[in-house]
Amino acid sequence: MIDLQHIRKVFNEGQPNEYIAVHDITLNIEARQVTVLKGPSGSGKTTLLSILGCMARPTAGRIRLEDREITSLPERFLTEIRRSTFGFIFQQFNLLRGISVLENVMLPAYPLGVPFTALRSQARRLLELFNLAHKALAKVEWLSGGEAQRVAIARALVNDPVVIIADEPTAHLDTKLSREFMEIMRNFKSQGKTILIASHDPIVHESDVVDRVVQMRDGRITDPGVH
Amino acid sequence: MNKLIEKQRHIIDFTLSSLWRRKGRNLALMLVYTVVVFSLGSVMFFTQALKNEAALILSGTPEIVVQKMVAGRHELIPVTYAQKIEKIRGVKAVKPRLWGYYFDRITRANYTFMVPEDMSLINNEIIIGSGIARIRVVGRGNALLLRTYDGKPFSYLIKGVLSPDSELLSADLILISEAGFHRLFGISPKNATDFTVTVLNKKEIPTIAAKIVDLLPDTRAITRDEILRTYDAVFDWRGGIIIAILAGAVLAFLIFAWDKAAGLSAEEKREIGILKAIGWETGDVLHMKFWEGMIISLSSFLAGVILAYLHIFTTSASLFAPVLKGWATLYPNFSLTPFISVYQVAILFCFTVIPYTVATIIPSWKAATIDPDLIMRT
Repeated sequence: MIDLQHIRKVFNEGQPNEYIAVHDITLNIEARQVTVLKGPSGSGKTTLLSILGCMARPTAGRIRLEDREITSLPERFLTEIRRSTFGFIFQQFNLLRGISVLENVMLPAYPLGVPFTALRSQARRLLELFNLAHKALAKVEWLSGGEAQRVAIARALVNDPVVIIADEPTAHLDTKLSREFMEIMRNFKSQGKTILIASHDPIVHESDVVDRVVQMRDGRITDPGVH
Repeated sequence: MNKLIEKQRHIIDFTLSSLWRRKGRNLALMLVYTVVVFSLGSVMFFTQALKNEAALILSGTPEIVVQKMVAGRHELIPVTYAQKIEKIRGVKAVKPRLWGYYFDRITRANYTFMVPEDMSLINNEIIIGSGIARIRVVGRGNALLLRTYDGKPFSYLIKGVLSPDSELLSADLILISEAGFHRLFGISPKNATDFTVTVLNKKEIPTIAAKIVDLLPDTRAITRDEILRTYDAVFDWRGGIIIAILAGAVLAFLIFAWDKAAGLSAEEKREIGILKAIGWETGDVLHMKFWEGMIISLSSFLAGVILAYLHIFTTSASLFAPVLKGWATLYPNFSLTPFISVYQVAILFCFTVIPYTVATIIPSWKAATIDPDLIMRT
């Protein structure tokens, strides 16, 4: 589904603080599978996840999304792809404080111009799915860690993406909530969604939901393995 | 098209809730913004309305005023000069005028004395402006004690008080009989303060003014247009003083606005990153910031302009009176005729709303063009 060819990512190129985050990575992500990028901090997982999700451009190399070359697309088209194809769940959840849970979930769909009532129904349906309907009008800063993460997941799903990308999703969750998260991923997988997770949490990469664990270290793939 | 409208609606909705989230900061900003627009708007409305008012009243002033000059200063003019001026072709009438200033030690105010042409006042009768009536706490039928030129006290009988409608020009005015004027100032009946000249053909005013000065080289002839220009200049100058004083406030506002609007906080930058990461385009973020700038600046602008309008036309510019009206002790108490120049409001709009909106968008554009993956690292 997503094909990376000789991807390299350099930060602050040509400057004294130049840093190579990803070295010559070639990787193919299969559709409808759960793939985990596993590795210690600084191994390049997040950078690779950003490139896979069209959030950052590689310094060198090529990316194909379902046979479409997207490496050199202008920002506008990349945003369009990002919006329609990917749903992101961030490590810090990255919810906007001060606005309601419902508004947070609806945010990714605002630029699409979906009629308000249809959008609100869709967001409410997702909140019901995650047992958060009663919190729809609450501000996100009043939520517990588990609730905040479920809001972040609902937000990632509002545009009905094909691929779900999660960066260290269990970093701020206890064991019970981490297992619940993986159950939600299992559910998504059964719906035919492609799931990409960067994590070094054993609850994630040892889960039977996971199809493939890609081992990374120092910006390189040390084991492209299959779980 | 519907999608486009729906999208803008969503963005405006989100902008409003964003503004509400930072209500303390935004309300402070709007307050300062409103005060600046209010101050500038007040000065603009006031000077313009005053100029209009003055022009309206001065339209009834004499076409030419002739004054005698000695060593570059205004001197009493012999009434015999009037016969010489009357002989100039095109002159309709020449009338001597008697007027002067009087410093009242009790109230520390200057009064203007004038002998009216079309009012029959006898001996010690006077009619006073409403400003004087207020400051001396007197009215019709009371006596007003004044000191004559040789220091002797003399009692004048107040026959009436001038209508407050004309207070812009008559707050400090005292109309007096010719005999009373001569007694008060010790001026000989052979002299007048100056002459008013009316002409047959209005187009000839400048020519006749030039002929008067040719015939009587020790005089000056002031035309009505020159008086109007002087009034304009005086009110522009007064407006200028206020603007100069306000310049500091405006500068402070610009720095404040730049800091608040332009300098995005780390929290705002993070939010822009989140919006981009979840699928907002750079253009969507800029739309949001545009609406944010417009909502703040437009509502502050409207509030400032409306408050300035109320300040000038309903409270008679109570805050700026000391500088703008120009009287030291005797402030005229009058209501201005509401007048708004679209041109001036447009200028005010251009100098406040546009810079603020631009100041809001530029830093957001900088923040919105960065790669959204930075948000993954915070």
